[in-house]
Amino acid sequence: MPPDDKVQAHWAETQRLTYIMLGVWAFFGFFIHMFAPALNGVKIAGFPMGFYMAAQGSLIVFVAQLFWFAKAQDKVDRKYGMAEDE
Amino acid sequence: MSAGAQKGDFTSNLGRIYGVYTGGFVAFVVFIGVLERAGVPNHILGYLFVAFTIGVYAAIGIMSRTMQVDEYYVAGRKVPSFYNGMATAADWMSAASFIGMAGTLYLLGYDGLAFILGWTGGYVLVATLIAPYLRKFGCYTVPDFLAFRFGGNAARIAGIVVLMSCSFTYVVAQIVGTGLIGARLLGMSFEIAVFVGLVGILVCSMLGGMRAVTWTQVAQYIVLIVAYLIPVIILSTQKFGIPIPQLTYGTVLSEIQVREAALGVSAAASHSVPFARYDPLNFFALVLCLMVGTASLPHVLMRYFTTPSVREARNSVAWTLLFIFILYFTAPAYAAFAKLEVFTNVIGKPLAELPGWLYSYGKIGLIQVCGTNAVDLATITAACGKIAGHTGILQLANFTIQADAIVIATPEIAGLPYVVSGLVAAGGLAAALSTADGLLLAIANALSHDVYARMINKNAPVARKLVIARVILIVVALIAAWVAAQRPADIVAMVAWAFSLAAAGLFPALVMGIWSKKTTAAAAVAGIWAGFLATLTYLVVTRYFPGFGVNVLGMYSNVHPITGAALVDIAKLKAEQPQIFEQGWVAINHPLASRVGYFNVANISAGLFGMPIGFVTMYIVSKFTTAPNKELQDFIDEIRQPRGAPVMIEK
Repeated sequence: MPPDDKVQAHWAETQRLTYIMLGVWAFFGFFIHMFAPALNGVKIAGFPMGFYMAAQGSLIVFVAQLFWFAKAQDKVDRKYGMAEDE
Repeated sequence: MSAGAQKGDFTSNLGRIYGVYTGGFVAFVVFIGVLERAGVPNHILGYLFVAFTIGVYAAIGIMSRTMQVDEYYVAGRKVPSFYNGMATAADWMSAASFIGMAGTLYLLGYDGLAFILGWTGGYVLVATLIAPYLRKFGCYTVPDFLAFRFGGNAARIAGIVVLMSCSFTYVVAQIVGTGLIGARLLGMSFEIAVFVGLVGILVCSMLGGMRAVTWTQVAQYIVLIVAYLIPVIILSTQKFGIPIPQLTYGTVLSEIQVREAALGVSAAASHSVPFARYDPLNFFALVLCLMVGTASLPHVLMRYFTTPSVREARNSVAWTLLFIFILYFTAPAYAAFAKLEVFTNVIGKPLAELPGWLYSYGKIGLIQVCGTNAVDLATITAACGKIAGHTGILQLANFTIQADAIVIATPEIAGLPYVVSGLVAAGGLAAALSTADGLLLAIANALSHDVYARMINKNAPVARKLVIARVILIVVALIAAWVAAQRPADIVAMVAWAFSLAAAGLFPALVMGIWSKKTTAAAAVAGIWAGFLATLTYLVVTRYFPGFGVNVLGMYSNVHPITGAALVDIAKLKAEQPQIFEQGWVAINHPLASRVGYFNVANISAGLFGMPIGFVTMYIVSKFTTAPNKELQDFIDEIRQPRGAPVMIEK
């Protein structure tokens, strides 16, 4: 097992990354849709923006954030020598 | 990759194999199109679709047979992230997603997007909070993890109970789905279609367990996504010359608004206006329950046990969401195109001028005009004639379309040949079968691995375990098919409950088990039961025993999302019809059913109560029980580090 301080630093950074992910998730999963009635006043290509965000916008963010997260967490793992093939 | 040396020919040639398969499937569809031109009758074409696709799934299932425990339970842990993503997407998207989602959006407008948000956003929780850690842990089933982390069989049994109650109704609904698709689209009898579904599920799962299910699910994903996209792409191209319906339906939304104004739909109830059917509290509560439920459903989580590494598990969640996204961001386009068609060519038209597709789906009970199934012009003319003041022009109030009709009817609305309808049927079947496979495996594995191999006969030889696993699989499948054949409307409606039950029963224990070293065994067991039972009670009481809820539990009426008025006047009802408060197991049309509760929370979002109860119970009980020992805390550290051997190593 790796030394204790390394374990703790790795976990601290993992937690921070997770909290960022959950922040993005909460923003695009909930917060932004609270303003859907106002956003609907803006129309782009026929889409009322409030509707668009719930039907596509937030979903695109979720997909992008997961690919980004997989990369970022791997970087954290490597930094502390915790990745699987090291 | 270190696992490269052990990879067989199959896994290294996946790209080519599935490329050829996709090409073969497209060629088959073209071939059916040619047969149709040559005058082969539709029902023969429909049977060819079913026989060909199920034949291919069966072949994959048989080729993937195995007698190794690791292969049977976790596909040997060598499924690359990309393919596991496809398999999980098929595992996840059920008959309801494929056939019903677009219709729900048609009926609910903006508020239906709660399902779209909930069923995608949940994967963020899967990727960040749970899946990679369970993969590192190295278990075969979700209850396995609970038992290890929370000191044995009490936690295991609690986990199994929650798993069974979310998964069994769900698998029955999938088999009902195959029956309905067979009956409505292919003209088979419902019972025969159920039997075909049962065979389709068993050949894919019985011989090869997880391994066979994985590779058939990949094949099923390809069929279902092609089938879902093609009709609406053609529709978009016909209307706008651009084959990207996900972009062009913005214009359709604007046109719908114009039509709504002309037809006198109130602005507050317009298609794109938020919170007209669900008030904001219920909208966000539903989104949360669906998200958290997604992150705790065992048949989804166990798919991430099959990847070669923790890193691949994370990548795989991202791929899963991408593959799900492709269907879910298309569903609102289906809804919009169908709504515009209805608002342009159906509502406000003289009965004699209604389009022909309406009668095709009226005949199978999916469309009603003036309160009767729209079988033909004479029937609806007679029915509308009985309505006082009916002018012969179809009004919005006299037209009903079932959610299931939208996707099914789109090919005919677009004027496409039958081959496309057959393709849609094959896609719906693939969606139902793939989800049923995953659920069945989750249930049967909990029984064969957790109950038999871990609790009843710990020293059973491998061959014996695998025989038992298959016997249980067949028995569960037969029971589910038998229940499905009774056409249980209630069970199908209960599927939405699975998310709240999983969210309240499993999510707190999984998250605390990984993220808090201090959560104790007693706390977890208490938390699982508290969250699960609170949610189950709210669901059952509000739906089936609303009178008991009002009289004994002090529940009160929910309110209307737009007007804010009470849905039922409890005081008045108590004075006029006191007997209805004494009734139990009430029907869905009972005046109180699903209309009472606490804080205006609809029963579909019951997890909103159960989740915090689960978390708080765990936190409090942990304060009063001895913290986990050093050894267990070290194990938790190991789960958090991708590097190193799995914590739990199977014999």
